[in-house]
Amino acid sequence: METSTKTKPTYYEEFRAKGYSRRDFMKFCTLIAAYLGLETTGVAQVTEALMSKPRVPVLWMHFQECTCCSESFIRSSHPMVADIILDKISLDYTETLMAAAGHQAEAAMEKTIEEYAGEYVLCVEGSVPTKDGGVYCCIGGKSALDILQHTAQKAKAIIAWGSCACNGCVQAAKPNPTEATPIHKLVRGVPIIKVPGCPPIGEVMAGVLVHLVTFGRIPELDRIGRPKAFYSKRVHDTCYRRPFYDAGLFVESFDDANAKKGYCLYKVGCKGPTTYNACGVTKWNNSTSFPIQSGHGCFGCSEENFWDNGSFYARIPNFPGFGIESNVDKIGAIIAGASAAGVIAHGVASAVKKGRENKEMMTRGRAAADELKNLNK
Amino acid sequence: MIRRLRRVYVWELPVRICHWLMALSIVALIITGILIGNPLAIQSQAEASQSFWFGSIRFTHFLAAYVLLGVIIVRVYWAFVGNKYASWRALIPRNSRFWRRIGRVLKTDIFLMKGHYECIGHNALAGFSYFILFLLIVLMFITGFGMYADMTTWWLPKSFIWVQDLFGGDFAVREIHHLTMWLFVVFIVVHLYLVLYHDQFEARGETSSMMNGYKFVEVEVFDSPEVKGEEVVEEVVE
Repeated sequence: METSTKTKPTYYEEFRAKGYSRRDFMKFCTLIAAYLGLETTGVAQVTEALMSKPRVPVLWMHFQECTCCSESFIRSSHPMVADIILDKISLDYTETLMAAAGHQAEAAMEKTIEEYAGEYVLCVEGSVPTKDGGVYCCIGGKSALDILQHTAQKAKAIIAWGSCACNGCVQAAKPNPTEATPIHKLVRGVPIIKVPGCPPIGEVMAGVLVHLVTFGRIPELDRIGRPKAFYSKRVHDTCYRRPFYDAGLFVESFDDANAKKGYCLYKVGCKGPTTYNACGVTKWNNSTSFPIQSGHGCFGCSEENFWDNGSFYARIPNFPGFGIESNVDKIGAIIAGASAAGVIAHGVASAVKKGRENKEMMTRGRAAADELKNLNK
Repeated sequence: MIRRLRRVYVWELPVRICHWLMALSIVALIITGILIGNPLAIQSQAEASQSFWFGSIRFTHFLAAYVLLGVIIVRVYWAFVGNKYASWRALIPRNSRFWRRIGRVLKTDIFLMKGHYECIGHNALAGFSYFILFLLIVLMFITGFGMYADMTTWWLPKSFIWVQDLFGGDFAVREIHHLTMWLFVVFIVVHLYLVLYHDQFEARGETSSMMNGYKFVEVEVFDSPEVKGEEVVEEVVE
């Protein structure tokens, strides 16, 4: 341990070298432990790990994406990890921020893969196009698909940053012209942590990385591979406007008095009730706000297919194949109306058709009554 | 000529109780469901802390769902121990004979063509439609509990946690739940109409049979091959 820390600086040493005080470092450890949902003793574990462990080598790949995940990460309100990971000191490879270029950069990547086989973490930002042999995203003459397969093989774990890497996001929206494919459909045999969102919250990203460093293993994941600490609750269930929902007080349009009063945005299309993320708790920009707090509904950026799930301002999406303004309620009402009309028409038809039968039945009934009368005499 | 009718006990008490509880809970589920999907715009001066109407609507929805679940469990049990009119054999097509019966009912009652069939309980098509309704209710339970699973600590709804992933997220689950609701509306319209239809044109006391359990059926019907037993099969040729 001693020798390894001497040859490779620990996180703490790198923090100090960057000019952070020990006090800053302790604050950071406490905050991250809280974000991760650890108990108080967890703070010590985080501190211990970051003081003793050399940094984990990171390869950060950019494929079909907009770099909003990186932007979110470097703007996390407590940017120590971002500083260290994305700084040139500890960065092994990332197209956006690395100092090296061209063959040098590629060589650095190869070196990391060889030297730290089974140790490095592969961060993937963006989806991978698979149509036409993957020609729609090429870096250094190689397709994203080839690069992913090459770098993923020896990785300790893969972090799929953002909705692109987790579910394809906008480039996988219909008709998905490049056949943009999320990472988990392309890589087998390496643990994948999905951190969806467009982008994910910076603190969440930092939390996932710190968990990896502190405990040396991936955080507890839910059924579809998202860290439970951040994605186990609906935005709706953690929303501070939830009491208005239960009270039945809703914003009817964005310029009404209810909007001003801060009522629930359910009726103007908030997707909070179907979205799993930490926005309601962790919030954004140094916990300043999040979309709902700013008066706009959640549009479910961390959910699969959120671009195809209809308007951001309607709860019910368009119904496929029935034109632009159609939704299930309109279709349903038409079906129900048609069945009502159908039974009325059927009733009339039956009355006409079976009228004679009915008459016969009545005649027979009267005859039977007469017969009974006669019997009684 | 006096036409003789036999008073026959068709719907046993548990069947009737199940029927009306099911009707009540499904209507409650539809009304509260529509409100949850598109809440009324109620303007109130009251503080939010004084108001809980939407929470109550949701509570009613969940309560009705649990009532329906209980009823379904009892009714499924009764399909195995109840009389032959309540039996699962009268609901689930198992052979071509059942399908031919459905064909005859379709021809006679729905398309109003020349045709004939005999039955004492519900006819084959009605039986089949209740089986479809059962499947729809199961789908509603799966999608409903699927959405409910994440807000509960109870194992029963929690055991439906896999649903979201199966359908690709809560949004799709909600959409299916919503669309299926309309099929229940269609079912109610058609069901009510056909009850009135049979009551009118057969005059066997169809409507009140679900109240007191009895129907009045012509004695000859009991001897018809279709009613007598499954071994006697005779295709009705007109």
